[in-house]
Amino acid sequence: MNNAITASDLVKTYPKGKVKALDGLSLEVEEGTVLGVLGPNGAGKTTCVRVLATLLKPDSGSATVAGVDVIKNPDQVRKLIGLSGQYAAVDETLTGWDNLVMFGRLYHLSNSQAKARATELLEQFKLTESAKRAITTYSGGMRRRLDLAAALIVRPKVLFLDEPTTGLDPRGRLDMWDAIKDLVAGGTTLLLTTQYLEEADQLADRIAVIDHGKVIANGTSDELKAQVGGEKLEVTVAPSSLLATKAALELITSHEAQIDEQFNRISIAVAGGSAALSDVVRALDGRSIEILDLALKRPSLDDVFLALTGHVAEIEEEAEVKPKGRRR
Amino acid sequence: MSAIKDGLIITKRQLLQLSRVPEVLIFSTIQPVMFVLLFRYVFGGAIDTPGTDYVQFLMPGIFVQTVAFTLATTSVGLAMDMTKGLIDRFRSLPIARSAVILGRTLGDATLNIVVLLVMAITGVVVGWRPSSGIVSILAGFLLLMLFGYAMSWIGILIGLSVRDARTANNLVFLIVFPMTFLSNAFAPTTAMPRVLQYFAEWNPVSTMVAACRELFGLENAFGVTAGSFPSENPVLMSLVYIAIIMAILVPVSIAKYKRTSSK
Repeated sequence: MNNAITASDLVKTYPKGKVKALDGLSLEVEEGTVLGVLGPNGAGKTTCVRVLATLLKPDSGSATVAGVDVIKNPDQVRKLIGLSGQYAAVDETLTGWDNLVMFGRLYHLSNSQAKARATELLEQFKLTESAKRAITTYSGGMRRRLDLAAALIVRPKVLFLDEPTTGLDPRGRLDMWDAIKDLVAGGTTLLLTTQYLEEADQLADRIAVIDHGKVIANGTSDELKAQVGGEKLEVTVAPSSLLATKAALELITSHEAQIDEQFNRISIAVAGGSAALSDVVRALDGRSIEILDLALKRPSLDDVFLALTGHVAEIEEEAEVKPKGRRR
Repeated sequence: MSAIKDGLIITKRQLLQLSRVPEVLIFSTIQPVMFVLLFRYVFGGAIDTPGTDYVQFLMPGIFVQTVAFTLATTSVGLAMDMTKGLIDRFRSLPIARSAVILGRTLGDATLNIVVLLVMAITGVVVGWRPSSGIVSILAGFLLLMLFGYAMSWIGILIGLSVRDARTANNLVFLIVFPMTFLSNAFAPTTAMPRVLQYFAEWNPVSTMVAACRELFGLENAFGVTAGSFPSENPVLMSLVYIAIIMAILVPVSIAKYKRTSSK
């Protein structure tokens, strides 16, 4: 298999505040696969996408997209990619239809081709009914879907989605996930950035975790979770039962449990997910310990970061969230 | 060539915007019409314009002021696109980098045609009677369009340089109001202090106003016999000013657009 995206040793420093947004970032994405780039705000995700999508020139390093050099041949790359960012990059005063036809024309489709494609995409993203309404009347989820549709006009070989669900409500997020899954099933190579481990888990074949402009871990979702220590069980009991519960849990899982006395809660790593849940319930029941609350916690981005870097994900707003480093 | 073709698609987008949000067009014409009425009936009686009645003297001034405000239309519109991420999409498309700004300047020029037409009609209603021939009158409007187009390119540079649309708007007012009032547009320069007269005579707005007055058939077009080169050759000097602005601003703005990303 060929790599649809390669990046090696990308460095990008924003002059303002000398923030090193990319600090030797390297990654590869195989053709037809999905890479989830996972990291907190300010880790360099957006900068990475902007470099690969030819919007930003790196200080050093090299990158190719669909075999074309991003730095030497940006015009060629633009013909092959689709980009959808954190903000719906469409003309809000126009209708969804107007926008798609305009972008189709700018991709050099003929007038009739542009119209046919607009109809098709509106249908695909369930926007046909709102086609003739101004974007200002769209919900956040609808705007993102239209933005995604605009990125797909010429059926790009490589698609970049920068935090496609950030700021969406759960419903909007699920709709967006469905739309993305359909695309991926069609064989598009996708690089997707996200702050949510769950999202990367759902959509990506492989995940690259980045922090301070570097890839700090790279692998499938299972590989990463194994590094993080998988799922955790949190059991809340009466204060008097804490020690007995701890002993029981450690016996079942053969892991060490932590007691959080403030909340009368014990947490412990478990393997086997929900199967472990019933074992625990049965064991505690057998010992007549009343369970006040029981929760299976999947590792969050914070857990991944804690495990990989030893620190909680730091949020560095200015570097990236809204690309405020407005001059490169 | 493809830059022009792509640019026209961007122009079409702006015209579509006008049809979807007609308020924009309405407000861009109401303001100049209001100015015509205010100056004609409020200040007109108090300002002495030797050799002609005030409305003949005023209309070219208001035309020039209006096209000078293309600076605002262009810079605000561009600054809005810059802050909304739309520019990133345009920049990720396989189109010439100059297409987006070329398209915007052409769109704003189209808007100027409509605005000038509405103002001319208003002018005729309140007594404006250009006394030259039709060719001369059309030449006057062509000159106004050219000046507006040159201002549009300054607007591009401002739109790319400021933080947001509001800043663009404030900055433009700080430039355009002194430029249009420190000129012969609304009153003869004779009453101004000596230093201001000197400024007013070399002010491109003054030469534009004088050029239009001349083309619309007014004698003593500058409004004062100052004897400086621009006041004696207003049409020529207007064309020179427009050429200078375009020669500098077009390449500078395109270069800046290529280097600028969204905000």
